[in-house]
Amino acid sequence: MMGPETPFGFESPPVREEMESLALSDAPSSDYRSAMSSSLPTAVSAASVDAGGGDPLLYPPHHLQFSPSSPAYGDGGDASSSSASSFLEPPSYADVVFSPFESQNNGGSDQGSFVHRDCSPRSARTAASDYLKIAVSDPQKEQETANSLVPGGATYVTYLITTRVRSAAAGEVETGPIEFSVRRRFRDVVTLADRLAEAYRGFFIPPRPDKNVVESQVMQKHEFVEQRRSALEKYLWRLAEHPVIGKSDELRVFLQAKGKLPLPTTTDVASRMLDGAVRLPKQLFGEGPAAQVAPQDVVQPAKGGRDLLRIFKELKQAVTNDWGGVKPLLVEEDKEFLESKEKMQDLEQQLSTASQQAEALVKGQQDIGETMGELGLAFIKLTKFETEEGVYNTQKVRAADTKNVATAAVKASRLYRELNAQTVKHLDTLHEYLGLMLAVHSAFSDRASALLTVQTLMSDLTTLNTRIEKLEAASSKIFGGDSSRLRKVEELRETIRATENAKICAIKEYERIKENNRNELDRLDRERHDDFLSMLKGFVINQVGYSEKIANVWATVAEETSRYARDRN
Amino acid sequence: MISPETSPPRSSSQSPRSPPAAPFLYISVTDPVKLGNGVQAYISYRVITRTNLPEFQGPEKIVIRRYSDFVWLHDRLAEKYKGIFIPPLPEKSAVEKFRFSTEFIEMRRQALDIFINRIASHPELKQSEDLRTFLQEDEETMERARSQETGIFKKPADLIQIFKDVQTKVSDVVLGKEKPVEETDPEYEKLKHYIFGLEDHLAETQKQAFRLVKRHRELGQSLSDFGKAMKLLGACEGNSLGKVFSELGAKSELLSIKLQKEAHNLLMNFEEPLKDYVRAVQSIKVTFADRANAFRQHCELAETTKLKEINLDKLNLMRSDKVREAEMEYRELKAESEQATRRFETIVRLMNEEIVRFQEQKTADMGLAFHQFAKGQAKLANDIADAWRSVLPKIEACSVSSHHG
Repeated sequence: MMGPETPFGFESPPVREEMESLALSDAPSSDYRSAMSSSLPTAVSAASVDAGGGDPLLYPPHHLQFSPSSPAYGDGGDASSSSASSFLEPPSYADVVFSPFESQNNGGSDQGSFVHRDCSPRSARTAASDYLKIAVSDPQKEQETANSLVPGGATYVTYLITTRVRSAAAGEVETGPIEFSVRRRFRDVVTLADRLAEAYRGFFIPPRPDKNVVESQVMQKHEFVEQRRSALEKYLWRLAEHPVIGKSDELRVFLQAKGKLPLPTTTDVASRMLDGAVRLPKQLFGEGPAAQVAPQDVVQPAKGGRDLLRIFKELKQAVTNDWGGVKPLLVEEDKEFLESKEKMQDLEQQLSTASQQAEALVKGQQDIGETMGELGLAFIKLTKFETEEGVYNTQKVRAADTKNVATAAVKASRLYRELNAQTVKHLDTLHEYLGLMLAVHSAFSDRASALLTVQTLMSDLTTLNTRIEKLEAASSKIFGGDSSRLRKVEELRETIRATENAKICAIKEYERIKENNRNELDRLDRERHDDFLSMLKGFVINQVGYSEKIANVWATVAEETSRYARDRN
Repeated sequence: MISPETSPPRSSSQSPRSPPAAPFLYISVTDPVKLGNGVQAYISYRVITRTNLPEFQGPEKIVIRRYSDFVWLHDRLAEKYKGIFIPPLPEKSAVEKFRFSTEFIEMRRQALDIFINRIASHPELKQSEDLRTFLQEDEETMERARSQETGIFKKPADLIQIFKDVQTKVSDVVLGKEKPVEETDPEYEKLKHYIFGLEDHLAETQKQAFRLVKRHRELGQSLSDFGKAMKLLGACEGNSLGKVFSELGAKSELLSIKLQKEAHNLLMNFEEPLKDYVRAVQSIKVTFADRANAFRQHCELAETTKLKEINLDKLNLMRSDKVREAEMEYRELKAESEQATRRFETIVRLMNEEIVRFQEQKTADMGLAFHQFAKGQAKLANDIADAWRSVLPKIEACSVSSHHG
């Protein structure tokens, strides 16, 4: 139930049961964004048990009855707006400024990250996920086992991943353990990401942390490990918060299955090519089943697989699309999608610039704080000097004045530093969404490649039909028919039937991916709106709070030195 | 650029840092104008004198002066008034490109204005004839006076001084005295130690102050770019959210301008006074050198005189006919020696008064600089708070309205 080998039409009853029980114990995630309404028992009766209707649990490819309209998905609007408005009650500046922002990554502590500040949209999403806590900690070095090519073994790092799942609602039976603890290495994360990419085509899957080959050599080991630990924790949270992927088996297995990660690993390119090369001759000579495209295969893109012939065909189709004068039989016509795509491109560009400028702003704030601090220190040294060596009263007065300025400068410097630390956290939203654009690209390219598969199959059919026509025409010229040719025609008709089936499958897959794209775009728009608004609000309130404090620090000094201005006048 | 007022006792362009003079000698340095071409281009200033003092040629006089005229005045005063801390001049600019920037010209004008007014309010210096020449003579006379003193080897007086110093050093070595003669007054030692240490500390604060000015400018630039980026990002978003971004961007750009303004204020009213302080300390070091020279001369002449006296007595006893000559020489030398001693003592007396004045003046100057600094920073911070606060209503409006707008 986890890989592309799943036969077509498989509907796993256990999965269905699980889903039903989840639906009962979990909030009716038709409105997953509203943490408030999810706890109301009356809402449970809504679409939860009807797996066929607008249940978001429908998305995994195992269910081929895709929901044409996913009312559940887009529906959160009205219910959430009333509850959400209470989130955005203007908090006092004091609250925001004085209470430390709950950090998502508590430097390796086992606490991991709990729910963030109560009034952020993110916390609403976290509250709706299946997971209460995800923590990555305790990096350990381990030896590669005897399987490795390098004698003596390379070492790698494993991380302890502890999770706590949402317990059953009151009155329900606890279905199993709620705390889990497993050890994983980075390679496992790559596997998870790859399997998710295959299983959830068309979704905006949060991008995984980089492999960072260069950085791992250049950085200090513990710095690098800490950076990776923190990135992993964030990644897992993002997965958990995704309304569909958060409930996936792949994630669950990653977080809960003890021992070796029971997900198939990504075979390297060389082995795939070798396998494919073995099949290729059979495919070319049209020998039976090897020549046909199995319908279940079309559910996956050609690129990652072992079917070299298919790769070549689709490549040829792609070239024909671009350079051939003939329009393919099926094209992307969805105007809404094309508009959205353009919007996404525009957004990505602006996000990139904004992200850069945010970095520069942060640096500017940091620099001014630093220099202010150094100025303060220089004045403190001056004060000390004047006090020690001072003879005249005027010197004492000046030393006192200098001390006031020095103290103020040091205070202001500290405030700048705090301001900046908060600014970084708020503006991080920009960087996050920029990263998410990668996921959007992936999802769109899933769509494109599914379309390409369909187009290729359609071309195949055209070609096959043409060949049949030719053979029949040639055969009809011979009196009594040409048995060998007619046999050939029969074979070709077989192939056509299989290819037709594959085409139907491929079209279904394409439509499914299109649907996923559409839903994800809606979700992205909504979440982005809330996250950006929250970011701007946080940023602004932060600036106001700290600026007021800095102003007070200086106002005191200005008051204390005002007599000098009066004396001049 | 700033027109002189006719009746009030103080001109509006007079820098606030110059102390008031009484009865009444007000000078302002204004209207910098670029004259000349190419490499020989320079800035000229209008120097306006308003006074009721009888020594001057009338109630008001306007002359045109350039930087090297101020240098002439400074050097003449330094020569004639040893022991007094001559107010320092702003530096000559090393970098060609910077020489005619608006900022540099304004900084220099302000510094020159302060310089001339400090002279005008110093009890001794304001009586100087050179000052009157500077304030009243026409441009040709000024140019003549100035060119007499310029040249690679500076003034003849300096040249003589240099020779004298070398001579002294040589004779010291010849006579087996490796170290030049120095005072051993413990209070003076303390003062020297204080001044040298002060210079180091002040230089550091001035460096940081200058850096702070730069940081303000950099932050201003970042805010401007950030604002633009926010506006563009807002264009991608829907209606009410887009408005929030747009407002945020606009405020960013507004604050960028405020930051640039504050940077300028910091430069003129905080960093400049610190630099001026450093210059003043350096001027004191020059007086130290003058005092050391005077002391040395006084010691040497005293010693030479004594030797001459001993020689004279010897000659008297021997009833030599060289007695008359020797006596004349002795009297001359004695007069010179007494002169040198007086000169030295004058310097000591003046310095003691000057130190007190210096400390008072600097407390007032720094107090004002601190006030300007604090006021500027407080205003900036308040402006920042106000600007960002004004975005909040739009944010509220956006959250209340439909999410999907």
